[in-house]
Amino acid sequence: MAIEPVIFYFFAVVLVATSVAVITVPNSVHAVLFLVLAFFTSAGLWLLLEAEFLAITLVLVYVGAVMVLFLFVVMMLDINFEPTREGFIKNLPIGIIVALIMVVEIILVVWPNFGLENYAAPAQQIAGYSNTKELGLVLYTVYLYAFELAAAILLLAIVAAIMLTLRRRPNSKYQDISEQVLAKKKDRLRIVKMESSPKAAPTSVQESEGGVEQ
Amino acid sequence: MISLSHFLVLGGILFCLSVAGIFLNRKNVIILLMSIELMLLAVNMNFVAFSHFHGDTAGQIFVFFILTVAAAEAAIGLAILITLFRNRRTINVGELDNLNG
Repeated sequence: MAIEPVIFYFFAVVLVATSVAVITVPNSVHAVLFLVLAFFTSAGLWLLLEAEFLAITLVLVYVGAVMVLFLFVVMMLDINFEPTREGFIKNLPIGIIVALIMVVEIILVVWPNFGLENYAAPAQQIAGYSNTKELGLVLYTVYLYAFELAAAILLLAIVAAIMLTLRRRPNSKYQDISEQVLAKKKDRLRIVKMESSPKAAPTSVQESEGGVEQ
Repeated sequence: MISLSHFLVLGGILFCLSVAGIFLNRKNVIILLMSIELMLLAVNMNFVAFSHFHGDTAGQIFVFFILTVAAAEAAIGLAILITLFRNRRTINVGELDNLNG
C-alpha cells in the first residue's frame, strides 16, 4: 500500500478539523492557535506536492511572523469576546446551508474532470532536483518586475502600518537632535557681572543680580 | 493514488469553511481577518496542486506573490484593528456605525 494516500488523508482531515475549529471556538486566542496548526498542516501537504520552498516559506513567514503578529494583537488587546458571539447561533443554519451547497457544487464540478485519467500523476523529480533553484531561476528573470512590485507592496505595508499605529503623546519627552546640535553658547549660558567682594548691603546685590536663581 | 481532484476538493472545502466563518462571526474582526487568511490558503492550495500536476512552476510563483500580498494585508489589517480598539475600546463590528449619518 502506498504511503501517499495515508499521508494525504491524515493531513486533509487535520486541516479540515482545524479550519472548523478556527471558525467556531469562542476564544480568539484559541482560534489563532488552530490557524497556526492549519498552516502547518497545509505546509505538510505542499511538501507532498513537491513544493518544498513554499512549504518552508509558509512555516517561516506565516507561522513565524504573521500568525505571531496575530497572536500578539489578540493577546495585547483586552477584548471581551462575549458580545462578538451574538448572532452566531442565529446565523449557524444559513452558514451551514450555504457552505454545504458550495462544497457540493465544487465537488460536482471538480471531481469528474480532474481525475488521474485527465491529469496523470507526474513522475517524481530526480535526486538532486532543487525546487528553490527552479523557482529562483524563473522569479528573478521572467517575473522580475512583479518581484520588485511585491517589494514595493511590502514597503507600503510597513509605512502604512507604522503611520496607522504611531501616536505622539503631547507630554512625552524625547530628544530633538537637530535642536541639540544647533544650540549656541548664548542660549544656555548667561554671564552675570557681580563684584567679587560685596561692600554694599545684601539687598542691593540681590537687585543687581536680577534673574539669577537663588 | 492521489489525483488532482483530491487537492481541488480539499481547497474547495477550505474555501467554503472560511466563507461560513465570515457568515458566523460577523461581529468579530479578528475572526474575519483569519477567515480571509484561510481563504487565501485554500486558493494557494489549488495553485500548488495545479503547478505540481502540470509540471509548471508558474503556479508556485503566483503563490509566492499571494503570500506577499497576504502578509501586507494582515499587517495593515491588524494596524487598523489596533487603531480601532484604541479609539473605540471595542472590536465589535455591530458598534462601528460612525459613518452611519
